[in-house]
Amino acid sequence: MIQTRNLRYAYPGGAELAFPDVDVAQGAVLLLSGPSGCGKSTWLALVAGLVAPASGEVTVAGQPLAALKNIAVDAWRARAIGFLPQKLHLSAALSVYQNMALAQWAAGVPEDAGRIHAALQSLGVAELAHRKPGQLSGGQAQRVALARAVLLQPKVILADEPTASLDDAAAADAVALLLATAKSQNAALVIATHDARVAQSIPPDVDGQIGFQPLRLAHNQLSNA
Amino acid sequence: MKTLYFAWRYLWARPLGAALNVLLLSLGLASITFLLLVGAQLSKAFDRDLAGIDVVVGAKGSPMQLILSGVLHIDVPPGNVPLKAVRELEKHPMVASIIPISLGDNFRSYRIVGTSQAYLAHYQATLAQGRTWGQPMEVVVGATAARKLGIALGNTFAGSHGLGSGGHLHGDTAYTVVGILAPGGSVLDRLILTDTASVWKVHEDYTAVDDEDRKVMEDEREITMALVKYKTPLAAMSFPRYVNSSTEMQAAAPALEITRLLNMLGLGTEVLRAFAGVLLLTAGLSVFIALWSAVRERRADLAMLRMLGAPPAKVAALLLCEAVWLGVLASIVGLLLGQAFTAALAWLLQLDNSLLIGGMVWPVQLWVVPCLALGVSLVSALLPTFAAYRVSVLELLQSR
Repeated sequence: MIQTRNLRYAYPGGAELAFPDVDVAQGAVLLLSGPSGCGKSTWLALVAGLVAPASGEVTVAGQPLAALKNIAVDAWRARAIGFLPQKLHLSAALSVYQNMALAQWAAGVPEDAGRIHAALQSLGVAELAHRKPGQLSGGQAQRVALARAVLLQPKVILADEPTASLDDAAAADAVALLLATAKSQNAALVIATHDARVAQSIPPDVDGQIGFQPLRLAHNQLSNA
Repeated sequence: MKTLYFAWRYLWARPLGAALNVLLLSLGLASITFLLLVGAQLSKAFDRDLAGIDVVVGAKGSPMQLILSGVLHIDVPPGNVPLKAVRELEKHPMVASIIPISLGDNFRSYRIVGTSQAYLAHYQATLAQGRTWGQPMEVVVGATAARKLGIALGNTFAGSHGLGSGGHLHGDTAYTVVGILAPGGSVLDRLILTDTASVWKVHEDYTAVDDEDRKVMEDEREITMALVKYKTPLAAMSFPRYVNSSTEMQAAAPALEITRLLNMLGLGTEVLRAFAGVLLLTAGLSVFIALWSAVRERRADLAMLRMLGAPPAKVAALLLCEAVWLGVLASIVGLLLGQAFTAALAWLLQLDNSLLIGGMVWPVQLWVVPCLALGVSLVSALLPTFAAYRVSVLELLQSR
């Protein structure tokens, strides 16, 4: 589902980062671990088509990203990638339902109340549809954000530090929820984290259905410091 | 449509700030609305009341006073002129027609104007009820005056001396209302019209001690002024000079005097306009600050929209729509406020029985107001919108 080959990224300052080749199959899980600043965010940005690589190729769901231009990459990202940011960025001005509608507006698809309710339902937060994000607990808000990420049934879910500022039990729940959601969507799941608890929360082999590929990016991979 | 909807929600996410911005912007717009409305209605009233009157001949004094008192019926007249002299003028080859105007009395501060039927004809007045006067002491009342005074056909009243209320009451000579004019929008609406002879009758009956005295008075009859219509436009060159130099009267051209008046008022208008401009500028800055801080506060939210697939233009449009909402709301509030100010002014002035201005009209110039509102809000939104356009999704990933 995700393939990268000879991927290198050049920072505006001139530093360059080289990434190992990665293959993530449909329904598989990739754990990007490593300390802050090792390039996890940059890798996510490259895979989401937010930045262009200096060299190398990214192919997501059969789509070479280099072939997409400007607005096309935005439209592609809306459908192909479900993103769960570390800070959830639910709009405080809008209700949960309106936040979902906002995502459909951003993606340029017509508002579809049925789909919004189905997505909220699948994460068990349908009854919160008319609340404002400020009225939700942390766990509820994360479920809503995840519902938003899978609203357009993406083939890839990218989660950025999903367990930051959560206690142990909540962190385990969050990882379990991500795994379950990715499984139900049959989507590839990438979790970028420096939190060691995440690796512990992922069963080494879940019914043999989920591949588990830890990718460790270290500082020494910065080829030009 | 959805963009407008979400922009609306974002705008009212901070209700106090949004309301203050709308208010600030509308105050500037209301001032401009007010200026435009008053200006448009004044010049319309002037045009209407001055139309067809080429020159006004009256007692020597201020020419503007002559116009204000005799044509617009605002000021007091400079004095009277002998009827005989006016009769002479009527024979002048350049004069097409003359309408006599005799001022001097009022009824509860509505002016009783002695004149001829030609005055009614000049403003194309039509009667709503009754008939026009057939003999002295019969009056026709303008629509506004009749309504305000609560006068009906057949009523009788005594005028009091002077042009404001509180003068001596001419108790023994009563006027009878024989007609009420239909509203015509002209100065006639707020006048009480009668035959010139009525005014003479009232004052002669009042002052004459005996019949001999009355006889003398008849010879010395005066009117206040004459509204003169030329036979040829060329008369404008020589006729006023002739009157001013060869008679004891003066001639004043309404068009000239009103232009002078408007020029004098112009300074005040300029000050008000500059004030409105400063208000608008302040409002523009306030909108800018509001949108700028909105972009700063919502940077990550906007980046999230980019992540969710919105192209930069869509994110920028969201912000621009917020500015459009501010402009639209401020236009509505500003226009209503401006109309209310104008109506309030009109109400005050009508109590003084002064110039005719009414609220709730839409002169073409008023379209400037919504254009200004949108202009100010869009210009203020330019930089914030550009900032929103430039929001990078990477900030989402780096905001740790």
